[in-house]
Amino acid sequence: MLSVLVFLPLLVSAVLLTPRVGDRLARRVFVATAAIEVLLAGFAWAAYETPKPGGLGLEQQVSWIPGVRSSYHVGVDGLSLPLVVMTALVFLACAVHALREQQRPRLQAALFLFLEASCLGLFVSADLILFFVFFDLSIVAMYLSISGWGHGDNARSALKFFLYTFLGSLALLLGFVGLYVAADPHTFDMVELAANPPLQGQGLAGGLVLGAVFLGLAVKTPTFPFHTWLPPAHSDAPAIGSAVLAGVLLKMGTYGFVRIAMPMLPDAWQAWAPVVIVVGVVSVLWGALVALAQTDLKRMIAYTSVNHMGYVVIAVGAAGVLADGTAEARGVAVTGAVTQMVSHGLLTAALFLLAGSMFERTGSYDISRYGGLAASAPRYAALFSVAAFGSLGLPALSGFIAEFQIFAGSIAAVPATAVAVLGILITAALFLRALQRVFTGPTSGLSVSFCDVSAREWAPVAMLLLVSVLIGVLPRLLLDLIEPAAAAVVALVGR
Amino acid sequence: MRSDLLTLLPEALLFLGAMVALVGGSFTPRTRQWQIRLVAAAAVVASMVAATVAWLGDPRTAFSGTFAVDAATGAVRVTVTMALLLILLLGGGELRDHPRESETCSLLLFGGAGTLLMSGTTDLALLVVAFLLASIPLYGLVGVLARPASAEAALKTYLFGALFGILLMTGAVLLYGLAGRTGYQYLGAALTDAPPAAVSAGGLLVVAGLLFKAGGVPAHFWVPDATEGASATAAAYLTTVPKVGAVVAISRLLVELPGELRWATLLGVLAVASMTVGNLAAFAQTDVRRLLGWSTVSQVGYLLAAAAVVERSDLATPALLFFLAGYVVTNLAAFAVVAAEPGRRSVEQWAGLGSARPGLTAALVIALLGLVGTPPTAVFVGKLATLSATWDAGLAWLAVALAVNTVASLFYYLRWIRATLRPATDQDPTPEKEAPVWGAAVAAGIAATATLVLGLLAGPVWLLLGP
Repeated sequence: MLSVLVFLPLLVSAVLLTPRVGDRLARRVFVATAAIEVLLAGFAWAAYETPKPGGLGLEQQVSWIPGVRSSYHVGVDGLSLPLVVMTALVFLACAVHALREQQRPRLQAALFLFLEASCLGLFVSADLILFFVFFDLSIVAMYLSISGWGHGDNARSALKFFLYTFLGSLALLLGFVGLYVAADPHTFDMVELAANPPLQGQGLAGGLVLGAVFLGLAVKTPTFPFHTWLPPAHSDAPAIGSAVLAGVLLKMGTYGFVRIAMPMLPDAWQAWAPVVIVVGVVSVLWGALVALAQTDLKRMIAYTSVNHMGYVVIAVGAAGVLADGTAEARGVAVTGAVTQMVSHGLLTAALFLLAGSMFERTGSYDISRYGGLAASAPRYAALFSVAAFGSLGLPALSGFIAEFQIFAGSIAAVPATAVAVLGILITAALFLRALQRVFTGPTSGLSVSFCDVSAREWAPVAMLLLVSVLIGVLPRLLLDLIEPAAAAVVALVGR
Repeated sequence: MRSDLLTLLPEALLFLGAMVALVGGSFTPRTRQWQIRLVAAAAVVASMVAATVAWLGDPRTAFSGTFAVDAATGAVRVTVTMALLLILLLGGGELRDHPRESETCSLLLFGGAGTLLMSGTTDLALLVVAFLLASIPLYGLVGVLARPASAEAALKTYLFGALFGILLMTGAVLLYGLAGRTGYQYLGAALTDAPPAAVSAGGLLVVAGLLFKAGGVPAHFWVPDATEGASATAAAYLTTVPKVGAVVAISRLLVELPGELRWATLLGVLAVASMTVGNLAAFAQTDVRRLLGWSTVSQVGYLLAAAAVVERSDLATPALLFFLAGYVVTNLAAFAVVAAEPGRRSVEQWAGLGSARPGLTAALVIALLGLVGTPPTAVFVGKLATLSATWDAGLAWLAVALAVNTVASLFYYLRWIRATLRPATDQDPTPEKEAPVWGAAVAAGIAATATLVLGLLAGPVWLLLGP
């Protein structure tokens, strides 16, 4: 089941590489494959049964490199399945958005299906090496996407993205090797490593290994001070590249915290939890403040990602601060963190697709050159507003459910995290200000001849927002899936 | 005796093929010299078949224990013969109808035979012979397909080779004098009571000599010059085949010398020096051949890291052998691309390749990302296993140095990739007008595919390499 989910896009991608396939056909194949992936992810959800704590559902294991005890081992639980479904949705939205792509559409479709395979593969991996393989493949694919289809100074931004995240990935690899060497018997299997965490009670070694893993994941997330690759990468990436980068690739970092760092290095995680919380708080505030200062709409959205991912980091940090009677609160925080990953994936992908539509028409993201856009493009304005309100945490959208739980859990466990609520305030201010400047007032500047979004532009965004509203109105659908897994992680990290 | 000879059949077949090519070449018209190349290729294939059969049999030794046939020998034989086939294919454009076509084929095969002997020997005296047999064809190869810079490159290679050859012999004599025997299996026991300083000096000198063949620091100075100055055929050969033999020979010798932690540390330090020097020097290069030359110096560093811990970790030997095979195919893929585009030399001249020859570009991107160690290529598995082995052996600092150097190497490989993917602009120097070479392009495709396949099928291959 999961293997089909991962390898179908890979296979289609290989077929699309043959030059015989025409451009029109390639675009449609991309959409069809992405739609099938959504269906498959839905089937996976339907077939999924909550496993026992620490176990995985829909598991599959095939020997791969027995010499180093690494296997092709996949499976999902409440932490990864929501991300798998979210990834499939984001890629479907991107496929529809790219139906008008003029620049080498066949190669772009092949590249994005390859990227989809590597993203899904990462979330279902239950082996550190498999995880790392998909982690690196996603970097390579995103590099090619930015350098091949981006605009502006894209070659340079792509290089910066590659260097930063590749550096992070090697730190991650070192950390993985450290876990492997410390485990007895040596293994790369995530389930075994989480069940018998190596390096327990070895302060220095555990701290160093966690340091390497944390560095790798923090670069990818990105948290302050490793976030500097993000704004240029976003502002020069193509619309669907940005959507996938922010919607899916950033989640790899935070997913790594809950999947690898917390359950496999509980001792070290507890010891370093205060540092993690501080990094999270700084990311939240820094991201929000810098976003507030932006005049470029796309860069602004990019910086809010730093802010939103910061909440996740706070929540996972708070889960590592043990105190009597807070186990439930810590569970709520982790549930909120996973919900936030899904919510941010949907909303930020929607925002970046909308920003892409804007750039297609006018070639500018400069907020000051727009005004009164709501009059000339009402559909566009409506969609953008919903996405922006969702992103700033308005109730009835998924962002609220996520951030509410994060703060409810984190503040109960670590009251000092309340400082980060300021971040929500600033984000609200900056989104409202941007909405006001771009959409209200007399129609002026580039807004004048701005034609409204067509079906292939609004439909994918509407789909993403609809799912976000669904989560906001009926959160139990998602939370019932996440909560058991979050409780299991909290129990693992509390050892 | 006869069974001993049969044990050395793969080496003998290469030697025989080289002789036939040499003699036959004199009687074949220049326009039909390609027949000689076919004969050479046939000899290589025969050698590969013999090597595979021997590999699947039981490990044994030949000639009174001076030559070991085990998993390492088997892996090296198959790797080297595979490399020779690819080199014969990628050299097609340069060799075709060249006055020295048959001689080049012959030198390639002689060098290959010497390399196999060097990697399998467990005796100091035989090591010296193998060193000479592997080195002399190398000097010839660097100079034989004459280009303006070849003469200088050949002279430099020869002078370095002669110097380090003498060091090797001195070291061998010293160890022999201390132990009274030349067989490796006797060295450990015989040297325990010998003065440690003398043993260290002897071992160091032998290792230094072998480092010349491996192209590792401090004996690396000839590598970039030879890669830049020699023909693509010779460059592809000298950056792959001799390294395989030398690194395996080093690992075989050091296991037997007393004081294993000292040797592991020493070789680890040399490994770090090679990686670092190679990477730092490669940053500044504009000629892609020279860039690849320096990159091989850094790659040898990673290989030496695996060789350093052979005694201290069970993972190390299979890691080393897998890494060697992966490195050889990946590096050959890169050189095959270079040989397929003889008109492009500086990095800027590669601009526009992406739209002109997408297939070749894909092969180059796979090869370069492979050399970095991006999954799922073969070098990734080799590097991962090496990292695990060095850490497992208690040399975590070596693992960290390896990872840091990998990041550093990214800069120059990416610079080249970036150039090929962008369209050519007016500022770029135009490539020299030379016809693209199809044989080399095919070799590039095969080697790039092999890089991926070897990485994905790492499991089954690994089982063949295990003890």
